[in-house]
Amino acid sequence: MSTTLSVKANHSAVTESAGMRQLLIAGALLFLLLFLLLPLISVFFEALRNGIGTYAEALTEPDALAAIKLTLIAAGISVPLNLVFGVAAAWAVAKFEFRGKTLLITLIDLPFSVSPVVAGLIYILMFGESGWAAGLIADTNIQIIFALPGIVLATIFVTFPFVARELIPLMQEQGTDDEQAALSLGANGWQTFWHVTLPNVRWGLLYGVLLCNARAMGEFGAVSVVSGHIRGETNTMPLHVEILYNEYNFAAAFAMASVLASLALLTLGLKSLLETRHGEALSQSHKH
Amino acid sequence: MDITLNTIDKQFGQFKALDNIDLHIESGELIALLGPSGSGKTTLLRIIAGLEFADGGAVYFGGEDVVAIPLRKRQIGFVFQHYALFKHMTVRDNVSFGLRVRKGETRPDKAVIRRRADELLDLVQLSGLGDRYPHQLSGGQRQRVALARALAIEPKVLLLDEPFGALDAKVRKELRQWLRELHQKTGVTTLFVTHDQEEALELADRVVIMSGGKIAQVGSVDEVYERPASPLVFDFLGSTNRIPAKLQDDHLIVGGQQIARYNGNQTGNVTLYVRPGDLRVAGVSDPGLDVTVLNVQRTGPIVRVTVEIPPTGQRLSVEVPHLHHDVKQFVPQQTVRLRLMQFSVFAAEPDLINEGVLTPHLIGRERSRLAQ
Repeated sequence: MSTTLSVKANHSAVTESAGMRQLLIAGALLFLLLFLLLPLISVFFEALRNGIGTYAEALTEPDALAAIKLTLIAAGISVPLNLVFGVAAAWAVAKFEFRGKTLLITLIDLPFSVSPVVAGLIYILMFGESGWAAGLIADTNIQIIFALPGIVLATIFVTFPFVARELIPLMQEQGTDDEQAALSLGANGWQTFWHVTLPNVRWGLLYGVLLCNARAMGEFGAVSVVSGHIRGETNTMPLHVEILYNEYNFAAAFAMASVLASLALLTLGLKSLLETRHGEALSQSHKH
Repeated sequence: MDITLNTIDKQFGQFKALDNIDLHIESGELIALLGPSGSGKTTLLRIIAGLEFADGGAVYFGGEDVVAIPLRKRQIGFVFQHYALFKHMTVRDNVSFGLRVRKGETRPDKAVIRRRADELLDLVQLSGLGDRYPHQLSGGQRQRVALARALAIEPKVLLLDEPFGALDAKVRKELRQWLRELHQKTGVTTLFVTHDQEEALELADRVVIMSGGKIAQVGSVDEVYERPASPLVFDFLGSTNRIPAKLQDDHLIVGGQQIARYNGNQTGNVTLYVRPGDLRVAGVSDPGLDVTVLNVQRTGPIVRVTVEIPPTGQRLSVEVPHLHHDVKQFVPQQTVRLRLMQFSVFAAEPDLINEGVLTPHLIGRERSRLAQ
């Protein structure tokens, strides 16, 4: 009898042997270390290789400051716009039944499946000198390609799905009972949206905005095509990194890259904070 | 406010959810819409609310056609199965929501709104919980908040969609009692949807039994329970024994045995419906059905006995209160004679509309106490 009872209490039916478990964990950790952590550390290492003085100088140099400023402006315009578009699209998809809904969902995903370079080219083809929409703006003296509007357009295109994709499953999961309750109590559509729908998705919305912002600041491909790479004028941070690197100015390139990397780390930190604090308020796919 | 429904039709794709529904509800009544899932009861409730729109027919509130009036102006109180409380608002803010969203002159002062919300919380016995959030309350408390919130707009009609469906059995019983009292206090015309026959019978003044998009029977609790209009209603309101029988010379015959007198003018094959609780041990000289006891099971206040009709091997269930003198007569393997205290006889006859289909048709019923 005593031999059969000696089996460990915490022995689970679905586990592997201890050796196998350690091997799997070690394998996963090694992979993470090699492919994710090491490159990240090397960015900061390279950036600070020539001392903190060089690092600060590389970041405060006028062209670098212009790049940072442009990136902030582009993100500052495209993120709020995508916030509004994303909420509107998610609201339409999740709360209403209409013809062509599947098509709309597919369209929302388009920027994810199209290569960013193609996204940039679309705007060149539209607003470039021989583009079909160029005539529309020819008289207005507004420059779109190789200027801020083009960069903003490309950024909006690439980051469009983030907010909508985050909100659609969340809103669908929540159903329409709350909205119906609010309407039955006499609230109008706007009151219902403002007092009921929006508060219900606020953490999911913040999560989507965070990801959207990270991508808006880090976008390279699409912006590269429309920007024209004019130093101090149409260079965003990722483009500036590339230029510096091509000029063998490694320290400055890595300094700028480290700022982008820090931004990514900050986003990641905020994201996991949201997930742990408000996991139950985010859509099913993010729950732990 | 009385409600009249006139020839309501509703179709979802190929599925006929509601088929020509007519119903009149008196002001102040408490009505249960009872039926299996897919019977159309929730759809009917949502059409009355304005959450769903009928393909045809009209809904009248006190003589006024409300079909064109949108949900938010219909002034109905709607309570959802899963409460649908606003999670980010306190209980008091939830209750006062309907007053706070009013515009201009119709919106009461802040102090008035607060007082009104607290009065409603008193009414639903949640005084002092106004500053809590919904997630800090139990399921039963949440549903009471939902009710207070619905009552805040002084609804003409209160509509509840499976209001106790998400609660456990004990809380459900308490809330039923409580809702009954609340209804007596407020007097608001109330309709609730349920698939629980016990809930419907216990709570409602009248029960509307629905099946396949049609109303199978409407009546007081006594009427539908004591005089089910069809086998379907009989089946739905508690368990039944169905016994194939023959009607001959004023007698019901099961397996060659005359089991009860029945004064009908028909002859032929019929189906006998008798509830387990309407079977008792008969006296030696009385007519009855001889059966063999298979097993006796004590389940608290009710003793359930399974018996078998020897010639056919059909099993019946019998329910006797645990202190009844019949209990000791049920001994496994023994033969007893059962008296049918109350039963219904249904004959199968061809349906005039769907030719060739046999539909059960009530040809009569008997209560042995009255007959004796």
